[in-house]
Amino acid sequence: MRLTLRVWRQRHTDADGTMSTYEVDGISPDMSFLEMLDTLNEDLILRGEDPVAFDHDCREGICGACSLVINGDAHGPERTTTCQLHMRSFKDGDTIDIEPWRAAAFPVVKDLVVDRSSFDRIIQAGGYISVPTGSAPEAHATPVPKPDADFAFEHAECIGCGACVAACPNGSAMLFTSAKVNHLNVLPQGAPERETRVLDMVGQMDAEGFGGCTLAGECATACPKGIPLPSIAAMNREWLRATRHSRRG
Amino acid sequence: MARIIWDSSVGKKTVMAVSGLVMLLYLVAHMLGNLKIFFGADEFNGYAHWLRTLGEPALHYEWALWGVRVGLLAAVVLHAVSAYQLSRRDIKARPSTYVHKRLRTSYATRTMRWGGVILGLFIVWHLLDLTTLTVNENAQPGHPYENVLATFGTWYGNAIYLVAVLALGFHIRHGFWSAAQTLGVGSATRDRALKAAATALALALTVGFASVPVAVMTGWVS
Ligand code: HEM
Ligand code: SF4
Ligand code: FES
Repeated sequence: MRLTLRVWRQRHTDADGTMSTYEVDGISPDMSFLEMLDTLNEDLILRGEDPVAFDHDCREGICGACSLVINGDAHGPERTTTCQLHMRSFKDGDTIDIEPWRAAAFPVVKDLVVDRSSFDRIIQAGGYISVPTGSAPEAHATPVPKPDADFAFEHAECIGCGACVAACPNGSAMLFTSAKVNHLNVLPQGAPERETRVLDMVGQMDAEGFGGCTLAGECATACPKGIPLPSIAAMNREWLRATRHSRRG
Repeated sequence: MARIIWDSSVGKKTVMAVSGLVMLLYLVAHMLGNLKIFFGADEFNGYAHWLRTLGEPALHYEWALWGVRVGLLAAVVLHAVSAYQLSRRDIKARPSTYVHKRLRTSYATRTMRWGGVILGLFIVWHLLDLTTLTVNENAQPGHPYENVLATFGTWYGNAIYLVAVLALGFHIRHGFWSAAQTLGVGSATRDRALKAAATALALALTVGFASVPVAVMTGWVS
């Protein structure tokens, strides 16, 4: 396959960026999207040019590091991560636009790499459970009803990639935050911090400069892990409950 | 607790949802009241008079009406201020747009902000037209039936009201369902029912409100 790529190039956070055009040839339909970019970078290095910076780690769809907006879609045209997207989803001769996640809370570091530490700070604000260290407790000591376990697992699938923020017209992190809150709040292990967790995580989300939810639904369409839109309603329910039950006045 | 709610994007959205639902409830009653016009001048004017004597003798003349007016004013102000503040946050959170653009959200979703502004302007015009009668030529105080005919006797009266009730339909279609999500009532199993209810409410309000100018234009009500 021969492709024309229009790639966002930006030297550093404060620099102006532009779309630069590159031609790549000899792309196999079986290559992943990131392997296609590796091919481009090999060419660029051989020509003595600066390779395109992009994020990746596991390349098997589980770490959440890869992050590209491809032809206007976060993670491209298939419902999966960019690393699991293959070139057979494109046609020979296509022009492909590649841009970074765009949100105030995700500043561009270089080219296609953005800084997602705002997500880490949301997790630090309450996305954990407090347990005493020592030997692991007996698993059967804390029964979890099957529907609750399913609900927790569904939300635990979030890999923190940020596609939801990238797709949202308001740069909102509500889907990510709701996945994390719902995952822990439904479980008995998460119960002691149930109220503070949702209040603190939503508070941190606002403090990081993410937008609010207007129920546009773009996030759930983009999410590679299928976190559903009603998760946001479930978190809102937790938040409203916490404002009534909070012991912090 | 009021501080927690007002300072949070989720809380402010709750204020929008509750104030929106209060206005929605009022609009359903208002629309049904308007339909009395189809039963003639006496019944319509009598109904308008009853609204003012509502609650008597426990309440004084027009007290109930003023209670409703104060409540609605609070709802409109809270709704508009939250809308403005939340919209500013949303726009700031997405400073640069994508070069490769896509329009995917529905028309009703995309027009919440401008549709809301149109509704706000319409509320002002509507009050000047049929409450204070400031902009209504040929209006006589105390004759609501005749004043409605005067409004819909002008082309701009018809145009303004029809555009406004259409905008209202779109606003309710996204707004009612949104409010359910904001208040935590939405869930995967209820989603279809809530969307159907939003569409039904939007249609009922738009058709109900529009029926009056259409009836005057076609000479059904005269
Ligand atoms: C003063 C004029 C108005 C303005 C500026 C306005 C603006 C807005 C905006 C910007 C939203 C949020 C949209 C979103 O999140 O996508 C909204 C939501 C809503 N509006 Fe209005 N609106 C106005 C009047 C009304 C009226 C007259 C009603 C009466 C039924 C209403 C009912 C609602 C409801 C129920 C919501 C949903 C709240 C939620 O998303 O939880 N609005 N409005
Ligand atoms: S909710 Fe989905 S899109 Fe958002 S961070 Fe988690 S996995 Fe990524
Ligand atoms: S590189 Fe790990 S999910 Fe794509």
